[in-house]
Amino acid sequence: MKILVCISNVPDTTTKITFTPDNKAFNKAGVQYIINPYDELALTKALELNEAAGGGTVTVIHVGAVDTEANLRKALAVGADDAVRIDAEPTDAFFVANEIATYAKDKGFDIVFTGRESIDYNGGQVGGMVAELLDLPMVNVINSITLAGSTATIERDIDGGREVVHVDTPFVVSAQKELTEPRIPNMRGIMMARSKPLQVIAPSATEKRTEISQYQAPQAKAGCKFIDANDAESLIQLLHNEAKVI
Amino acid sequence: MSVLVFAENSGGQFKKATFEAVSYAAAVAALSGSELTAIVLGTIAGDALSALGTYGADKVIHISDASLNTFEAHATAKAIAAAAEAAGAKTVVISNNYSGKALAPRLSVKLKAALATGAVAVPTADGNSLTVRRTVFSNKGFADLTLNSDHKIISLTPNSHKLVELNKAGTLSTLPNPVVAADFKAKTVELKKVSGKIPLTEAELVVSAGRGMKGPENWGMIEEMAELLGAATACSKPVSDLHWRGHEEHVGQTGITIKPNLYIAIGISGAIQHLAGVSGSKVIVAINTDKEAPFFKIADYGIVGDALEIVPKLNAAISKFKAAN
Repeated sequence: MKILVCISNVPDTTTKITFTPDNKAFNKAGVQYIINPYDELALTKALELNEAAGGGTVTVIHVGAVDTEANLRKALAVGADDAVRIDAEPTDAFFVANEIATYAKDKGFDIVFTGRESIDYNGGQVGGMVAELLDLPMVNVINSITLAGSTATIERDIDGGREVVHVDTPFVVSAQKELTEPRIPNMRGIMMARSKPLQVIAPSATEKRTEISQYQAPQAKAGCKFIDANDAESLIQLLHNEAKVI
Repeated sequence: MSVLVFAENSGGQFKKATFEAVSYAAAVAALSGSELTAIVLGTIAGDALSALGTYGADKVIHISDASLNTFEAHATAKAIAAAAEAAGAKTVVISNNYSGKALAPRLSVKLKAALATGAVAVPTADGNSLTVRRTVFSNKGFADLTLNSDHKIISLTPNSHKLVELNKAGTLSTLPNPVVAADFKAKTVELKKVSGKIPLTEAELVVSAGRGMKGPENWGMIEEMAELLGAATACSKPVSDLHWRGHEEHVGQTGITIKPNLYIAIGISGAIQHLAGVSGSKVIVAINTDKEAPFFKIADYGIVGDALEIVPKLNAAISKFKAAN
């Protein structure tokens, strides 16, 4: 299969999130960036599908500035064949999706993988938008995927359960946790990644439809009311009379 | 002008998340003095449609073709786009559940709409723009997103908007089905509905447990507490990684993000990634042996002690409370 994996660059999951004093921007100082964990699963599954089939290519694509290239190199070290970076700040989901779709539309990809959502802006929009822009079916939040010829059998989460769907290539899918375990690059992969192609493309003139006008940190809690372990039962009355949640 | 809300049904019935979306959409429509139209797809049980008026729909468009009983993002988006055109709607509201997550991006491309997913508050209007508060950084912050396009789509996080009974007319009309068999590109071959359990993403009360339970054999008391309260069960990442519980129960930054009315965290220390997934909960109870556990910093109520001793005591107290109320 010829597979495209969309990669997002996000703050490490342990990052303490703070905003600038005017609440206009996310405070990037000292933040370590990683490949979005769901995208890492997408990349690993793309490699596994091709390994099982005994052939194919995996291209990773990313919309971001030059300082994000370390994570694209990491994706190459994990096993992607080549990487594409669209040289623009990814501030709007439609912008990102349209840039990816513009690149992908005449390349003949069989499968486009994204993560379920990025763990920074949590939009979960790019995969579905790419699918619609390329007029492809999309199956989101998938737990497993197997291929028989050009037909995929996919299990996905739905509200109140799961479903199994069949879909023919080409299609778009979004990865989530159960799909696989992320692959760690080994030394040979890291060495090979240095000589793999990383193409930088100037963005097209896609419109931006949204902008963030302000951020806000969550309100601090008033403080925890401790209940003595010997009097644990009194919690139930507090939840009923005071918190009024049961 | 009109606001359109996708009134999703499950087996012909509407769930609370749908009514929340209708109530929320009514508040969005009120910003511009617009009327609210609800779009309903597929077969509907009895007089279930009348509830949509109750929660704020002035009009209801029903495309009743039974082929639409199956959700398929490509086909469903086409039907909703047709309804948006019929209603003259510039703004569309949907629920940010799994189907909403599949639907919203597709629909936004069809309608050339600006999209805000995971809204947690009613927007503010400024000229032709709407600004919507949504969670970012997996609940570690909020961002006010301004939607600048002429068309706009907002998906609402479940449990974020109070139901309001507005008792509108909900005048019913029908629309021919625009969807053809070829639009169903992904074919559902098997449904595995979880029966007899409350889905975690929809639950108002959640009982969650971590490694403090010492082993999967001790989960009986967690299940018991959930059953007594009418709550869903959840777990921490280590518990799901150890396969003590299924991954569908894992809440946190790389699992499911939830915001129930009550979240009871039992034997979970509160790693930053876990807290991110649950910090939107209205009331949090933490039970942990370590009084320095990070969970106590965001909890409303805390008990320091061994979960295996405290949970049975609480279960007895809940039984007593339920019997008396």
